Amino acid sequence: MPKITYIEHNGSEHVLDVKNGLSVMEGAVKNNIPGIDADCGGACACATCHVYVDAAWADKVGAKSAMEESMLDFAENVEATSRLSCQIKVTDALDGLIVRMPESQH
Amino acid sequence: MSETKSGVVIIGAGHAGGTIAALLRQYGYEAPITLIGEEPLAPYQRPPLSKAWLKGEADADSLALKPTEFYAETGIEMLLDVRASAIDRAAHTVALHDGRTLAYETLIIATGARARSLPIPGADLKGVLSLRSAADAEELKASLGPGKRLAVIGGGYIGLEAAASARALGGEAVVIEREPRILARVACEILSDFFTAYHRARGVDFELGAFVESLSGADGHVNGVKLADGRTISCDVALVGVGAPPNDEIAQAAGLDCNGGIVVDIHARTSDPDIFAIGDVSHRPLPHYHRSFRLESVANALEQARQAAAAITGRPPPAPEVTWNWSDQYDLKYQFAGMPFEIDDIVLRGDPATAKFAVFHLTGDVIQAVEAVNAPAEFMAGRQLIAQRRPISRSRLADPTVSMKEVAA
Ligand SMILES: Cc1cc2nc3c(=O)[nH]c(=O)nc-3n(C[C@H](O)[C@H](O)[C@H](O)COP(=O)(O)OP(=O)(O)OC[C@H]3O[C@@H](n4cnc5c(N)ncnc54)[C@H](O)[C@@H]3O)c2cc1C
Ligand code: FES
Repeated sequence: MPKITYIEHNGSEHVLDVKNGLSVMEGAVKNNIPGIDADCGGACACATCHVYVDAAWADKVGAKSAMEESMLDFAENVEATSRLSCQIKVTDALDGLIVRMPESQH
Repeated sequence: MSETKSGVVIIGAGHAGGTIAALLRQYGYEAPITLIGEEPLAPYQRPPLSKAWLKGEADADSLALKPTEFYAETGIEMLLDVRASAIDRAAHTVALHDGRTLAYETLIIATGARARSLPIPGADLKGVLSLRSAADAEELKASLGPGKRLAVIGGGYIGLEAAASARALGGEAVVIEREPRILARVACEILSDFFTAYHRARGVDFELGAFVESLSGADGHVNGVKLADGRTISCDVALVGVGAPPNDEIAQAAGLDCNGGIVVDIHARTSDPDIFAIGDVSHRPLPHYHRSFRLESVANALEQARQAAAAITGRPPPAPEVTWNWSDQYDLKYQFAGMPFEIDDIVLRGDPATAKFAVFHLTGDVIQAVEAVNAPAEFMAGRQLIAQRRPISRSRLADPTVSMKEVAA
């Protein structure tokens, strides 16, 4: 299973094995990792699963849809590396992925 | 006899109950947590039951809030398939239907709502379904497909999503609504007209202003919906979607303040300081609108779970959120936020004919609510503007060439 490192805003690190096919959001939520709220459960409707994807992984995680882009535009503390983690599907190619969480999702 | 355990007892293992159990552990709560659920399943998400799951695009695992082993690993005791039957506030205990009694220090009522049934002849025929639980959804899914005609009684979101899913599965669908328009209770006329046209263009029939008198059947199975005008709308399965009253009887019997739901404050606390109520069952304050309301949405369940978990663990209360919700039908992403109380104007932004537009509800120049179809920027900016209660320019809001960033600037 691909290993994903989730880093909370306070620096706490969680290295998890996440099943292929789940989203990066689901990997965190199903393991009760704080910092990703995911209010809409992955419907790309809430923008409370915001993460920063380590620059080295930007290409591998794929492109944003127009929907994701617009949602992110209005999220708090958005950076160039911001993504909605429910829109990133976990595959073997993402083994080693590192995502950081923003200060707040609300 | 009481099994001494105490800590937090949660009645209702649904979206709100499951979420607060996990949140309490996240927030460092270490005393026992017991989660009592009437359904045989660990907490799961209901929204996909009328959407992705119904169309076969999501599996059962993805519905579960947490993997089953999570509860044991984090010391959350789950008692499933058993109903809580009474609360003894003086003794601080909950009685279960199977005779057990549990002691609590803090009680959380998260019993949700149930599908309202129709008090008409034929409502007990086979094939007359409602859609609240995973079991309901299994039954519905098994009745949809090529050659099957679904009659949806009640034109709300869940019924419309089911109709869209029925079409996606190759069957037919007809929506029967008592009001002259669908979504009458929850959306404005522009949205009602838009969704009606969009569904019609995709083969869904509508009977509007139609009063259902009874259901007809053969061999105990439904085969039609009889209307007051004498016509019978034929169908193979009927889905009744006419609202969801709160499961607040257990709170009423215990003498907690109820008013179409259990009355709570901004911390989700009931009239008894040791008892909280969260989710669809609660009647809660809406700080942005200076009034109280019973909301039925995931966002509401989660917000109240955060409020109560913060209060129980002594954390600062979370900032009030603007209520919001979403619906998926075909390729439409519908998102809405706020409440259209005391509205004196609406502003349409974009053209419904393009299936990308938003309707803003205003009091003076202040946005109270937004309904957005395939218009995430309008939804997100609208939600922020509602929270800020900041006046905007209506003419700029109505002009899609002015970006929402500029409108909000
Ligand atoms: C088909 C469908 C689609 C939906 N789509 C959306 C959507 O797109 N967006 C959105 O925001 N919301 C949607 N909702 C609403 C959302 O699912 C609810 O707002 C949410 O589930 C509320 O959570 P809850 O925990 O309050 O209630 P529930 O999730 O209903 O949980 C309550 C639980 O308590 C149990 N219970 C009740 N009484 C007792 C008792 N005495 N003892 C033990 N257990 C008891 C019930 O069996 C149930 O399992 C949808 C709902 C349905 C049914
Ligand atoms: S979980 Fe809601 S947008 Fe990702």
